[in-house]
Amino acid sequence: MAVTNQLGIDPDKYKWGFHDPEKYVYKSRKGLDREIVEMISSMKNEPEWMRAYRLHSLEHFQQRPMPVWGANLAQIDFNDIYYYLKPTEKKERSWDEVPENIKNTFEKLGIPEAERKFLAGAGAQYESESVYHNLKEEWEKLGVIFLDTDSALREHPDIVREYFGTVVPPEDNKLAALNSAVWSGGSFVYVPAGVHVDIPLQAYFRINAQNMGQFERTLIICEPGSYVHYVEGCTAPIYTTDSLHSAVVEIIVKEGARCRYTTIQNWSTNTYNLVTKRAVAYRDATMEWIDGNLGSKITMKYPSVYMVEPGAKAEILSVAFAGRGQHQDPGGKVIHAAPHTQSVIVSKSIAKDGGRAGYRGLVKIYSGANGSKSAVRCDALILDDQSRSDTYPTMEIDEQDVSITHEATVSKVSDEQLFYLMSRGVKADEAMNMIVRGFVEPIVKELPLEYAVELNRLIALEMEGSVG
Amino acid sequence: MADLEIRDLTVQVEDKVILKGANLTLSKGEVHALMGPNGSGKSTLANVLMGNPFYQVVKGEVLYKGQDLLAMSPDERARRGLFIAFQYPVSIPGVTMSSFLRTAVSARRGYDKELMPVGEFQKLLKQKMDELKIEPAIVSRYVNEGFSGGEKKRAEILQMAMLEPEIAIMDETDSGLDIDSVKVVSDGVNRMLERAKGAMGILLITHYSRILHFIKPSYVHVMFDGRFVVSGGPDLAEELEQSGYEGIKAQFEVIAAEVQAEGAVRRAGKVFWVAH
Ligand SMILES: Nc1ncnc2c1ncn2[C@@H]1O[C@H](COP(=O)(O)OP(=O)(O)O)[C@@H](O)[C@H]1O
Ligand SMILES: [Mg+2]
Repeated sequence: MAVTNQLGIDPDKYKWGFHDPEKYVYKSRKGLDREIVEMISSMKNEPEWMRAYRLHSLEHFQQRPMPVWGANLAQIDFNDIYYYLKPTEKKERSWDEVPENIKNTFEKLGIPEAERKFLAGAGAQYESESVYHNLKEEWEKLGVIFLDTDSALREHPDIVREYFGTVVPPEDNKLAALNSAVWSGGSFVYVPAGVHVDIPLQAYFRINAQNMGQFERTLIICEPGSYVHYVEGCTAPIYTTDSLHSAVVEIIVKEGARCRYTTIQNWSTNTYNLVTKRAVAYRDATMEWIDGNLGSKITMKYPSVYMVEPGAKAEILSVAFAGRGQHQDPGGKVIHAAPHTQSVIVSKSIAKDGGRAGYRGLVKIYSGANGSKSAVRCDALILDDQSRSDTYPTMEIDEQDVSITHEATVSKVSDEQLFYLMSRGVKADEAMNMIVRGFVEPIVKELPLEYAVELNRLIALEMEGSVG
Repeated sequence: MADLEIRDLTVQVEDKVILKGANLTLSKGEVHALMGPNGSGKSTLANVLMGNPFYQVVKGEVLYKGQDLLAMSPDERARRGLFIAFQYPVSIPGVTMSSFLRTAVSARRGYDKELMPVGEFQKLLKQKMDELKIEPAIVSRYVNEGFSGGEKKRAEILQMAMLEPEIAIMDETDSGLDIDSVKVVSDGVNRMLERAKGAMGILLITHYSRILHFIKPSYVHVMFDGRFVVSGGPDLAEELEQSGYEGIKAQFEVIAAEVQAEGAVRRAGKVFWVAH
């Protein structure tokens, strides 16, 4: 006689203690539980350690309360989200369903047709094959690995296992735990000792459904003396009906290596963009985060650098633009845990049409990190009376022998500046654009040229109609 | 009709009346010097003509080529050929001089969507910089950011040369320039006047008569306490140089007191006073 327990599970099915994840047939459904996580892992044919890691992360996610110290996240309904869709299941949206304003933006930015469809989720894949292919061969000759993280886990399981989760453990925060449980896609970069990758590695070349997922996981390892510049995203609006983007980026910069990580993202305005980005910098290593945040409903993102050996350096540059109904809460964290470490944080935020943009940052200097230096500068530009800027700089300094500077400015576009430009024949809206472009110029000039041009164009679009 | 007609212009800042009924006519081909002690309202007049929103016009009118200047936005005034070289130019961080100049010249020359072709622009810029003996490095710097006093003034004149105005107001461009620089700037302005062949007029605001030895005015006006109190030919500048503003001030005060009592328009010698 079959005995059915309260949960309706037929114990006979399990009497051999048989557990074969292969047999799951993944059914897409909303919500998050053990079954979903197990299914994700089995769909991907992952090693046991990753499955266990995901489940452990899930437990942590479920126990941990929502962070309440930052932007208002109360409206996120974790049960109303698909955590994994098989690539073949991803619903293709027809071009007609893409909102008019998104189409217009593509048009104005001059995004090529093929890319438009992809970016709007109305085309399955886009790869600029030829360019990417040539580059890939060059990288491979140098021993550089540049793969999506799922492939990396299959093809280089030992390296992935050695570093995965060592910089951002699931216990770090609720969203990191969520990503650790359900991650999919993202980039894996491994640069061997002494190798300088001259051309920026651009996730843009590789955008595909996997790579631009909601819960991508990126891992970059720079062996001693190496250099790499990784560029993520593009300035075209990423149109998605998914409301939550929660990525984790982990970077290990070993002795004397340098890593620059550039992000320009422009999420559609319904998206919660809650990302954990962290790097560890060893002796004389340099980590640079350059982070441009446009779009989204709420962005909370504080790229951080742990300087754990003498001579490590950190630089964090960020730009945020908040328009109507948007809350940009970017910032940065630098942890000086060794002597003679240096950090620079520059944050520029712009708020308009009732948007909120600001800076939230931490400078922590441990006792014993003597001779360390930190300079923080955050500037906010407010374009009208409805908008606001908040600055939350935290300093925890446990060492005497250090040099620290902090400068913060909040300014409005001055009438004097507008008048000056207009007195030369420049129309009011273009004058406003010029001032805003000038405000972000110190960061834009750090971007690869094509990104700088696109970002400027995008800011001009965001500014449209803000005057008069 | 003159190209620029200022009639009974009365202007205030917050609650303070600064211009108290200014009258002036100026046409292309003419150079008018405007002199007067500090605080008399010269810069206020210049800014109002360009449309600085900080100043409120409470009375009077200004016609520019027969049209209501005060109804136009500052950018429209500029595109129609009005220019001001500011006494205190502001800086625009992050915007390079060259991109600013290209945008401005394009606007003045009627390019609408796109900008003037870069080659043509560069050629024009180089020519003007050579003529004004301006360090080429200046154009890759941010607009007025960290400029010395002299650099700011020269940059203003560079803009004037690039924009080829029909009526240009130069507000104390000579102050803070050494004599060699005054000469270079003056040569530049004289060259513009020559090339314009009568199609450019200048309102040359200055505190000292020094620059008037280089740029010869056809008329000289003196402003005092928000009014034009004396107008004359080039010899007036010489006179002022001899007697200083004190002499004018004394005459002005006597007549002002009488007019207060009489409530009438009075004119005595070169000083006149209109009561309001
Ligand atoms: N921005 C301003 N704010 C307050 N007062 C002003 C401002 N500009 C001018 N004024 C006042 O207006 C008067 C005339 O100033 P201004 O036009 O600069 O004279 P000038 O150029 O002849 O020296 C002065 O009393 C000055 O204090
Ligand atoms: Mg003045």
